Amino acid sequence: MNSSLERHRNIVDFALSSLLRRKGKNISLLAVYTLIVFVIASIIFFIQALKREASLVLKDAPDIVVQRLVAGRHDLIPVVYGDKIASIRGVSRVRPRLWGYYYDAAVGANYTLMVTDNQPPAEESIIIGSGVARTRRLAEGDLMTFRDSSGSPVLLTVEKILPAASELVAADLIIMADKDFRGMFTFPRDRATDLALTVANPREITTIAAKIAQRLPDTRPILKSEILRTYDSVFDWRGGMLIVMLSVAVLSFIIFAWDKATGLSAEERKEIGILKSIGWETADVLLLKFWEGTAISLSAFLVGVILAYCHVFFFSASLFEQALKGWAVLYPRFRLTPVIDPYQLAVLFFLTVIPYTVTTIIPSWRAATVDPDAAMRS
Amino acid sequence: MKGERRGVKGLPNVRRSTIFFIFIMISILLFASLLLHARQSRIRSKATLTANAEMVGRLMLTDLCLFTEARYTRHPSMADLHSPFQDHPFAMDHFPSGSLVSPPRFHRETP
Repeated sequence: MNSSLERHRNIVDFALSSLLRRKGKNISLLAVYTLIVFVIASIIFFIQALKREASLVLKDAPDIVVQRLVAGRHDLIPVVYGDKIASIRGVSRVRPRLWGYYYDAAVGANYTLMVTDNQPPAEESIIIGSGVARTRRLAEGDLMTFRDSSGSPVLLTVEKILPAASELVAADLIIMADKDFRGMFTFPRDRATDLALTVANPREITTIAAKIAQRLPDTRPILKSEILRTYDSVFDWRGGMLIVMLSVAVLSFIIFAWDKATGLSAEERKEIGILKSIGWETADVLLLKFWEGTAISLSAFLVGVILAYCHVFFFSASLFEQALKGWAVLYPRFRLTPVIDPYQLAVLFFLTVIPYTVTTIIPSWRAATVDPDAAMRS
Repeated sequence: MKGERRGVKGLPNVRRSTIFFIFIMISILLFASLLLHARQSRIRSKATLTANAEMVGRLMLTDLCLFTEARYTRHPSMADLHSPFQDHPFAMDHFPSGSLVSPPRFHRETP
């Protein structure tokens, strides 16, 4: 047992010395390899954490949202539609939602304006998300200026700023009183943006949605399950930017593996020839190459994964920020709750460490099985 | 067969394999501590998540505030299916976040 362990340690010593002899090449290889693992692991951590957060936070979203569509576009829905929907058996509550967008020309940011009947702000007051407060440098008690539909200024007092921990759902929210919202946009009293439905039995949601679509053909019911599935498909690997990032990472890795698999340098062949001629068995040479490959790939994997975790969960995926921000001025600052999916990490391990180790062994096996004399001369 | 027992600079008596295994062990321990950190963070963030879910229920919110640049990426689940092509049928998406959000998958085919 001890002699076997000592044999492995001797081979690891030799493998590390061998790697250090080609220091420049191997350090750059390790750096690029670590970078590839870092990028892929960062994407995996970010997407998993975001999907988990979405599923937990949006579980209390409305069971069904009914929109009205006119010529393929979202239109204001008559409030009387709510009465027709409320008469469908199984619908326990219908609430009109008043919400919309406001472009703030002063800073170039888009806000989501919303009215609530649950703890609403006083008239001529607003409750704002912390993203809005940060962008406009506002504090509680400050005045915020808007322009109404006629272009006249509307001054509203900031009553409260929502906690920073709610930025993932409410960074750009401005909650205002019904009267202020309708007054600002000359919003008709008999219309709402859409209708939010509560359904007593979740198993009836699909049936109720079908009934709504049948009775009110100009509407589109959106189910809670569809809302949740939207976030399942966000950052889908087929998405434009993700496929570019993933293909760059995978292509770089294929280039590495190809470089290794297509053959050894003359120096490495010579080294194998010398080792064989001084009495090393083919198995010892393969073990040496196995440890060389493992030293590089295992180190790159562990360091890459640890750095990716720190990047996503300690530094809020700051390297992805520019890509996520796009042209937006108001960008939510949120720290995701860490999630590590062992299955995905195992897949990453088997897709990076194993192929690299195998591709280092195969050409060495071919070189180690030829005559030492021929190997040295080659 | 004898391996190279030559030490490293500053540590002449320590074998390279020892340093390598110590490095791997430290990395594994660090990784294990991150797993523990993830578990602890999930416990700590329970109250925040509950508060956010309560806010979603109270305000009847439907989407996460991830991208504020376009209405169909601010509220992807509420977007009509024509939004990305609002200018003309072959219009390229103006917004970078449009490439991160897939089209919503609805039960019914009607937009």
